[in-house]
Amino acid sequence: MTQLALVIDLNVCVGCHACVTNCKEWNTSGMAGPLSDFNPYGADPTGTFLNRVQTFEVGTFPNTETVHFPKSCLHCEEPPCVPVCPTGASYKRKEDGIVLVDYDKCIGCKYCSWACPYGVREIDEKQKVMKKCTLCVDRIYDMGLPEKERKPACVLACPTSARLYGDVHDPESEVSVAIRENSGYQLMPEWGTKPSNHYLPRRKTQLRIHDDELMRADNPLKKERLLPKPDKNEPSLDDVTSW
Amino acid sequence: MHPAFSVIFLTTLIGVGQGLFLALYTGQVYALFNVLSERGDHHFYAMGSLIALVFLVAGLAASFFHLGRPERAWRSATQWRTSWLSREVIVLPAFMACVFIYGMAHYFTWDMPLFTLGETLQVDFIMLVGAVGTLLCFALFVSTGMIYACLRFLQEWHTPLTVSNFILLGGASGFALATAYAALAAPGLTGFYGKWALIITVLAFASRLASLVRNHKLKPKSTLQSAIGVRHAKIAQQSQGFMGGSFNTREFFHGKSASMLRSVKWLFIALTFALPFVFLAWGLSINSTGLLLMAFAVQYVGLIAERWFFFAQANHPQNLYYQTIS
Repeated sequence: MTQLALVIDLNVCVGCHACVTNCKEWNTSGMAGPLSDFNPYGADPTGTFLNRVQTFEVGTFPNTETVHFPKSCLHCEEPPCVPVCPTGASYKRKEDGIVLVDYDKCIGCKYCSWACPYGVREIDEKQKVMKKCTLCVDRIYDMGLPEKERKPACVLACPTSARLYGDVHDPESEVSVAIRENSGYQLMPEWGTKPSNHYLPRRKTQLRIHDDELMRADNPLKKERLLPKPDKNEPSLDDVTSW
Repeated sequence: MHPAFSVIFLTTLIGVGQGLFLALYTGQVYALFNVLSERGDHHFYAMGSLIALVFLVAGLAASFFHLGRPERAWRSATQWRTSWLSREVIVLPAFMACVFIYGMAHYFTWDMPLFTLGETLQVDFIMLVGAVGTLLCFALFVSTGMIYACLRFLQEWHTPLTVSNFILLGGASGFALATAYAALAAPGLTGFYGKWALIITVLAFASRLASLVRNHKLKPKSTLQSAIGVRHAKIAQQSQGFMGGSFNTREFFHGKSASMLRSVKWLFIALTFALPFVFLAWGLSINSTGLLLMAFAVQYVGLIAERWFFFAQANHPQNLYYQTIS
């Protein structure tokens, strides 16, 4: 069984919002209708986005770390938003595990958004239906596109390759390997929603140097010690080593 | 959560309608078993059913204001296998139809005995419709309550107390209305309905108090740590990703101060339980229709406050992601 998903590497994300912008651009231009904005240049702008990048500060100054945190639908394997839908507009595709909303069936009751602990569903205030990440279902199967472009818009936009895309059920896929080898984790595991999207934690590469690696106690030549300063008149080995 | 008045009116209005129907039918069953000396005439029950129906229709009408696409509302009956909302959408019209038929049966006095239970108990069409209506009435209470109680991350709602609150609060307001109605139309039944209204109001208070105490002690299961998956005692949001508002900042926050929340809590405790109890007891003792009407009116206003608080108190875990604009 296939379960398409994203893996987001928090170690690499720089919080540039390119994924947000490209997501909005692609999904507002599709045949499903625009992702409506209101007052985009006014005092109180608001609009529908399928992807957001948030920023968190971990720790207390001066020992702080900034974590940029992209957030979109996690395409849960046990999506709590799907069974509550009264019309069947919200559904999880059997063939690839993408959670979708049928905009022609949605009645805009918002119940699914209540049932999602992650807050990744946003109502379109103009179309009056619930919208969410489609994993660019209208891109990834488009045979008109070159194969390397058959990926979600956010993945293509990321300048640091912080977003990986693939089948998390295939153990050899890029995403599965990344999750396995870099301790990929799920958000809010306490609710048993089994999100398909995973996050890779911040990782630090540390070089451990011991004192005896700098000053070798067992060096018979005592190479690191200050050498006795020879007289200026003594012959030198060459011009370089003379002083 | 942001309390939406469409849903507040839906749940409180159908609660009154359901409670009133239960009161009417209970009175009839009591009369059937000759527990009650006084029995209302058919006209009393027909009019009562009409009043219940008015409340149910008003509630149904209010619910449409909650929908973005009300013209597609018919679709919401399809997922009854999994969705409590869908079940409510089916049970509500079925119950309304039952109340309508029950009222009509009384109006046209379709009381030919159909069969006899035991030795003397004669069951007619009205009793049968009423029994089906009672079943549907409880099914509707359970569906409405479960819509909220089934959402496990809204911990304030995820308890059987949510369902019992809906049943008892709806019952209390319905019996209070029945008391006032009886005082106007069938004074002999006022005492019967009034006593039940008092009992159910006390039970509802116990149940609501239990849920208040439970929710006071709740510890949120989700934390900022589990929300973003970083293990550190001190995490603070610096940006939620946008400067303006969004659906997420409007739908899941009540936007009122903690002191306002506290005030509404005491307000609804006073208006839903304390004052109606006093008015009911007082009105029954001095036989005052005005006081009994007042008891129902005050309790209904209290229920609006109660339902507002019910929504406002629920803290959605998604709010962890929306704490700082920038």
